Amino acid sequence: MLKIRNLESGYGKIKVLKHVSMHVDPGEIVTIIGANGAGKTTLLSTIAGLVKAASGEAEFKGTNILKSKAAAIPALGCVMVPEGRQVFATMTVEENLLLGGHVLQKQGKQVLVELLEYQYELFPILRDRRNQLAGTLSGGEQQMLAMGRALMSKPSLVMMDEPSTGLAPLIVKEIFQIIVRLRQEGNTVLLVEQNAKAALGIADRGYVLETGKIILQGPAEDLLANQDVQRAYLGREKTEEK
Amino acid sequence: MTLELAIQYLMAGITYGSIYAIVAIGFNIIYNTTGIINFAQGEFVMFGGMIAITLLNFMPLPIAIFLAVAITMVIGALIEICFIRWLKSPSVLRMIIITIGISILSREVAVHIWGESIRSLPYFVGNEITSIPILGARISPQVLWVVLVSALMVLCLGIFFKTTSVGREMRACAANRKAATLCGINTQNMVTLSFILSAGIGALAGCVMSPITYSQYDMGTGLAIKGFTVAILGGLGSSGGAVAAGLLLGIIEAFSVSVVPLAFQDAISIAILLAILFVRPQGLFGSKEAAGLKEY
Repeated sequence: MLKIRNLESGYGKIKVLKHVSMHVDPGEIVTIIGANGAGKTTLLSTIAGLVKAASGEAEFKGTNILKSKAAAIPALGCVMVPEGRQVFATMTVEENLLLGGHVLQKQGKQVLVELLEYQYELFPILRDRRNQLAGTLSGGEQQMLAMGRALMSKPSLVMMDEPSTGLAPLIVKEIFQIIVRLRQEGNTVLLVEQNAKAALGIADRGYVLETGKIILQGPAEDLLANQDVQRAYLGREKTEEK
Repeated sequence: MTLELAIQYLMAGITYGSIYAIVAIGFNIIYNTTGIINFAQGEFVMFGGMIAITLLNFMPLPIAIFLAVAITMVIGALIEICFIRWLKSPSVLRMIIITIGISILSREVAVHIWGESIRSLPYFVGNEITSIPILGARISPQVLWVVLVSALMVLCLGIFFKTTSVGREMRACAANRKAATLCGINTQNMVTLSFILSAGIGALAGCVMSPITYSQYDMGTGLAIKGFTVAILGGLGSSGGAVAAGLLLGIIEAFSVSVVPLAFQDAISIAILLAILFVRPQGLFGSKEAAGLKEY
C-alpha cells in the first residue's frame, strides 16, 4: 500500500531522514519506534506532505505522493493524526468531525451522517460531548477526537503520531484497543510511538528509527525479543524477564 | 442637552459606529484566516464607493453598486494572489508591511484614476434634505440604509460562518491551519476567499456610506485606523465584539462633539486605541476562555 524508497528529508539544510526505506501492506499495523529526535515525526510529516522531501520515492497505492500537495493527500486515502492532537479548539466536537469528512463532502450529506454515527459508536464519549468546544475536552478525549476526525475521511491508511503522549496509562490502553479494532475492521495503520512496548504489543511489524536511519526491522514479536531493542527502548535486560 | 439633541447624536454615533464595525469585521475575517492585519482594508471601502460612482454614469444605482462590490472582490482576490499567496511562511511583520504597501499603492492608483476631487453617490431614497422624524430628532433615510445594510451583513456573515461548510472550513483554517491541511482543506484558497469576502463587505459599506460621508481617494487610511481601533477594542477576531465596539466608538465620538471641539474627534479614537493596547490588549469583549483556546 505504501512503499518508501531511499527517502531523504529535513528542514532547510538539516537532513533529518537518511535513506529511509520501508513499506506498509494492507490490513496491518506497522509501528515505527525510536527516541526523541530520531525523525519519526519528520517521516510521517513527509508522507503527509507537510515537509518537502529532498530525494527518494514514496508510492501510495501506485501514485507518487511526494509530488502531491499536503491538502491533496487525504483525498488519496492517506490521512495523518498529528502529534499533540491538533484539534480545532474553538469549534465544537461535531464540527471537528465534519471537517474530517471534508474530502467526502461531494458524496452527499448522507455519507457524512453515517460516518459521524460510526465515530460516535467507536468513541461514545464524543457523542456526549458533541456540542462542546474541542478545546475544553481532556487530553484523552482530544486524542479520540483527532482519531475520529481522521477516520471521517474513510482512509485506507491512517498514520498516527504519538497517540499516547501525555495520557494516563488507562487511556493509552483504551486508545490502543481502538487501534486494534481498526485493524479488525480492515484498516491499515502506521503507528509512530515512543511507548515502544505498547506499540510493539499490538503491531504486526515494526521499524526502529535512530538518528534518521532505520537500524532494525522485522515482525513485532522479534523486535520485542531483540536484546538491543529491549535495552534501548523497553528499559530492561532480557535476564530480568526470567 | 435636550432629548432631541441626544437622539440626534446617538443616531449619528450609530451610523458611524456601524461603518466602523463593518471595517473591523473586514479586518477580523482576514486576521482569522491569516493572522495578519490587512491595513489595505480601508482601501476596499474607498474602491467600492469610487467604482460605484463611476459606474453610475452608465447604469442604474443598484446595478452599479452590485458591480462595484463584485469588482472590488476581484481586486481583493488579485491582491491576495499577487502579493500574499506566493510568500512561503512569511513573518507577520513582513505581511503587515506588505499590506501597508498595498494600501499606499491603492491610494496612488485611485488618485490617478479619479483625481483628488470629493465625490459621492446620490441618496438611495430622497435627497440631502429628506428626513424622517424619530422621537423629535430628524434622521436622514440614508442613515437607516447604513444601519440596515450593516446589520444585514453581520447577520449573513454569522449564518455563513456557522452553517455553511465553506464557512466552517474558513473557521477551521483560523483555528488550526496545519490540522485543516491534514483534513484536506486547501488553506491557500481559504485565504483568498477571506480577502474576497472582506473586500466585498468593505466595498458594500463604501457604497452605502458614500452619500453621507462622501468618497475620496484617501478616505481609506482614516477608516482603517478607526476600524483597527474597533477590532482591537472588540477583541481581534470576534465579530460580535466588533459590532459592540464599533457602536461604542461611534457613539463616544458623536457625543464628544458636545464636550470637545469637532477637530479632536479623531484624537479621541486614537486615545482609546492607545489606552486599550496598554490596559486590555485582548479587547473589551475578548472572553478569557476563547482567548485561551486561540492560537496567536
